[in-house]
This record gives sequence, structure tokens and C-alpha cells, in this order.
Amino acid sequence: MADSTTNQGIPEPEGVSQVIETDYEIGQDNIETQIGPFGLDIHNPVFLISGIGIVAFVFYTLALPEQAGAMFSWSFDVVTKTFDWFFIASANIFVLFCLLLIVLPVGNVRIGGADATPDYTYLGWFAMLFAAGMGIGLMFYGVSEPMSHFSSALGGTASEGGVRTDWAPLGAAGGNEAEAIRLGFAATIFHWGLHPWAIYAVVALALALFSYNKGLPLTIRSAFYPLLGDRVWGWPGHIIDTLAVLATLFGLATSLGFGATQANAGLNELFGIPVGPTTEVILISAITAVALVSVLRGLDGGVKLLSEINMGLAALLLLFVLFVGPTLAILTGFVDYLVAYLQYLPALSNPIGREDVNYSQGWTAFYWAWWISWSPFVGMFIARVSRGRSVREFVICVLLIPSLVCVLWMSVFGGVAVQQVVQDGYTAAQDAPLELKLFKMLDQLPLAGITSFIGIVLVIVFFITSSDSGSLVIDTITAGGKVDAPVPQRVFWCIFEGAVAIVLLLSAGGLASLQSMVISTGLPFTVVLLVMCFAIWKGLLAERRAR
Amino acid sequence: MFKRIMVPVDLAHSDKLDRALTCAADLALRYDATVVYTAVTAATPGKVAHSPKEFAAKLDAFAAEQAGRFGIQAESKMLVSHDPSVDLDPTLLEAIEDEGADLVVMASHVPNVTDYIWASNGATIARKAKITVMLVR
Repeated sequence: MADSTTNQGIPEPEGVSQVIETDYEIGQDNIETQIGPFGLDIHNPVFLISGIGIVAFVFYTLALPEQAGAMFSWSFDVVTKTFDWFFIASANIFVLFCLLLIVLPVGNVRIGGADATPDYTYLGWFAMLFAAGMGIGLMFYGVSEPMSHFSSALGGTASEGGVRTDWAPLGAAGGNEAEAIRLGFAATIFHWGLHPWAIYAVVALALALFSYNKGLPLTIRSAFYPLLGDRVWGWPGHIIDTLAVLATLFGLATSLGFGATQANAGLNELFGIPVGPTTEVILISAITAVALVSVLRGLDGGVKLLSEINMGLAALLLLFVLFVGPTLAILTGFVDYLVAYLQYLPALSNPIGREDVNYSQGWTAFYWAWWISWSPFVGMFIARVSRGRSVREFVICVLLIPSLVCVLWMSVFGGVAVQQVVQDGYTAAQDAPLELKLFKMLDQLPLAGITSFIGIVLVIVFFITSSDSGSLVIDTITAGGKVDAPVPQRVFWCIFEGAVAIVLLLSAGGLASLQSMVISTGLPFTVVLLVMCFAIWKGLLAERRAR
Repeated sequence: MFKRIMVPVDLAHSDKLDRALTCAADLALRYDATVVYTAVTAATPGKVAHSPKEFAAKLDAFAAEQAGRFGIQAESKMLVSHDPSVDLDPTLLEAIEDEGADLVVMASHVPNVTDYIWASNGATIARKAKITVMLVR
């Protein structure tokens, strides 16, 4: 019998497309083996190095907490303070690049070949990319971030030895309440609008293009093919993929930890359930268990379904707050903040000669590094579900629409909280710790018990949707781009994620140092993303020529 | 007795299918039935092919090769799934209905301890399909 698995030359997506010819066969480096009763199909050496690296890292953080903590805070400082201009400038490049793709003729290229049809409806697609991409941050920062920038802008500037010591964005708006609100929202929307989504769009587009149109495996390394050629199948590629796995797993573990903290704070506020490691461990275990069910039910039966439930709940909460809050003020605020965002955008995105060092380094550079370290995971997930969309449609839907939704979200949740301070003099949300601000804001609205409960459920569901899609992504990368690896492998990654989160949560300062680690991985990945822009450009031009 | 025999195949492991293929072909000859070689793929590039279209072509070639080898009537049926690791069984069950198959012959492994948690694909098909299923171990 002939061997029908041999790669026989030029593969062809649906319709016209420029396919990359390579002798690499997907899965050729994989080990198919049996460990006990479990069949495995894993990439050698990415699976092994990632697994060992994670265990070694956790062990190091636990065994030498002080030394590890010092190292992490040092690297955090270096990354955000020395390379702030690099992050800010790169993020601007990503936004401009995406906007160009919308208007240029290459935007006509279709992901999956000229005749490909979309795998998912707009609603399902949008729900998944939103739930994976932003999720928890919206719950955590929706109230707290506008509040912080508003307060610091109102406080005006302060300096010591010629260096600004205040945290206000740009030149602040000392004493001018109306302007402080506008600046505060512009500064918040800046971190949740075009820039983060452009970062995701670049990674997602690179992976989708090189996988669905060029026939390369669905892993991060494929985007490097135009630069490295067949060397991407060797060590340079192994390193890129391993880095992506580490960033994803640590990013998820950190978020699981923080999510457990916020859910715990909310449960304490609502039901008096004690705050402490026991509750948090139970929460993480429960979240992991549900995520496990979700990955076992697969992309359509689990991940997509949960994302849609998540979207529905979030929309419900948003509409509720919008209508029981000062509706008119919020809606005029939405337009006003959008204008303020566009007005302050050039100044906020200026990479050099910034005087507001605390804001531009402590907030902006931190956020950019954070989004970028999440981008391999979110980008790869978006790529997987985006087949059949044209590049223009893709960029509009990944860049502009989510940005607008984020603006609306911030205007509603932050808007109500700021109104409470300005109009009613209610400062409980302003004074509360980060994880409680949302619940304190809801407290002032009717049905606070119900909405707070929905808030907690949302925090948890957002975590589950990040955890399950993350497990699928790690599983695919560590299986060399195969999406049909045996199910026990994704179960392994899902449980491993929860276990790492629990171990680090229980260790002193574990999560905080882990977060510094996540931020530090943002730096090498910024370079990866810049290369991806180049790769996308070359790839799209080749697609156009193929017509 | 049987008119259409569905044979689910994993093209990436076609070396392990020989007993099932031979068995299906013998039954097809005995009952003058058509064999439908069925395979499920994701839309992403995989070990077998880089796109669903290429996959379909390979499956076609596979079916033609089996037809020539055993002297039987053969067809091929490709199914695309978003998440084949999980959706394989439901996708196959749907195909059984769509194709109007009256017998499934598929390769499976001897049950081991994991089968208590994850039943083999063959076991699930045998449990859920409305038609006769023959598992070749």
C-alpha cells in the first residue's frame, strides 16, 4: 500500500493562493508514544523543554523566593523604564500597519484562499475573540482605571529635581474637573482601544495567513518563514515556540491568580465568605475543573458556547448599568470621551521626550508589554477561528469594533463611578482596593446584590474562557501545530495551568514576581511582532501576485 | 444484506488499518456493496495535507487505490471539523446518516484502562450509531 502521508509537493488551499513550498511535513518532528495508558503526539523538543522549563521556574521561585523576587523586580524595572520608548513606538507601528491594511488593495486577500467561506458566524467569532482577548481586564480595570487617571489628573503635577513624581497623564489638569475627566478617560481608552487590538491583530493575521494560505503549521514559528526559511523548523523555531508556550502558561497562571483574588473579594463582600488562600485554592480548582469540561467538549461545544454565554452576561450587565445609571450623561460621555481620546492620541502615543514618566512607563509601557506577552496566545486563538474572512474584514473586526466596545464599556462602568464621585460625593469606589472597586460602584445602583453576583460570575467565566482557549493554544504549539493531538494532552495543560497558579499563589510574592516575568517576555515578543509585520506584508504581496 | 459500507480511515495512520480495510473489502465483495472511505480533518494544515482541498484529493486517491487493490466499488467522503480531537465521533455519526450507510467497519484498539474515561472512537460509534458496526481489533 502506498504511503498516503507523504507530503507530495504543492498543497492548495481553496481557490487561488500563493503556497509556500517546503519539504517540512507537519508533525515530522513529533513523537507518537504511549505513556501508561495514554497515547501522546508531542513535538520534540518543544513539549519537553516547555514542561521542564515551567517546573524548574516554579521550583526556583518557591525555593529562593527572595532572590527570585529581586531578580523579577529588577527585570521589570529595566523593561518598563529602559525600553518604554521601544514599546510605545512599536505599538504605534502596529496600529498604523493595521490601518494601512484596511485601506490598501492587499486588504482584499482572503484568509484560507480566494474561495474560502467563514467557519463561524459574526456573533460566534466576535464572542470568542473578545472573550479570549480582553475578558478579565475589563472587570478588573473598568471602574478602577478611569478613576485612577481622573484623580491623578485632577491632582495636577508635582516634580522633584526636575522629574515628575505624580502619576497624572500628560500635563495633567490640575483643579479643572471637567478636563480631568476627559483626560482621565482618554488616558484609559488609550490602553484599551486601538493599540492592544492592533497587537492582537498583527499576531493573529500573521498566523492565519501562514497557516491557512501558505500551508505551514499553526505555530508561532511559521510567521518567521519569510525571514529564516527552512531554519524555522530547527532551533530558532523551537526557541520561538517554547517562549510562546511559557508566556502563555505564565500569563494564564497569573491571571488565574488575580481572578481568584477578585472573585474572592467579591464573594466576601456579598456573602461574607472569608478571604484567604483556602477560598482562592478552591476557586482556582473549580475554575480549572469547568475549563477542563470545556476543553473536553472542544472548540464548538465548549469554548464557543462559553464565550457566547460570557458575551450575553457582559452585555446584560453593561445595559443594566447604562440604564439604571445616569443614561444620558453616560451616552454623551461616550461621545465626549471618544473625541477626547482622538484629541489626546498623538500626545499619548508619543514615544520620546515624555515628561509624565510615571504614567508613560508605569501604565503605558506596562500595558503594552502585557498585551504583547498575551499576544501569542490570543493571536493564535483568533487565527484559528478566523478562516474565510478577508484581510480588510478581519482587521476591521479585530481592531475597530472591539476598540469601540471597550470605549463603551469604560464609559459606562468608569463613567458611572466618576459621576458618583463628582455628582453625589460617593467615594467608596474611589477609596476601595483595586479588586473591590467594581462591587462598590454597583453598590450604589439598584439590585446591587444581583448585579454584584453577576459581576462575580462574569469574572469567573472570563477566566474559564481564557483558561480553556489557552489550553488549546498551548496544546497546538506543543504538538507542532497539529490541532488533532490526543485529548489527554490538552487535559494535561489545563490542569498544569491551575496547578502552577495554585503553587505560586500559596508562595509569598509568587504571583507578583510572576507578573514581572510575564511583562519581561513582552520585550522579545515586541521584536517578534515587528518581524511579523514584515512577514505579513511579504505574504500578502505574494497572495496578490498569485491572482 | 449491506449496500453501503462506511469505513472511517485515519490517513495519518493508514499503516494500522490493513485488517479493517481487508475485512471491509471482503464484505463488500460478498454483498456487492459500495465502500465509502470517510475521513475527518481540521481546516488547518496537518500531517496529511495542508488544506481541506488537498486532503480531499488524497482521500480520493486512497479510495481509488483500495478499489483497484480489491476490485470493489469505492467512494470517498471528507468531513471538515473545527476540533477533530473532540468532534470526530459526532461528525462521523452525522456522516453515517447523510451517506445512508448500513454498515460501519472500523479499526479500533483493544480496550485498556483509559477506555473507562475516554472510550475509543470505535466504541462510541458502536454505542451510538443506529446501524450495524463492526470493530476490527
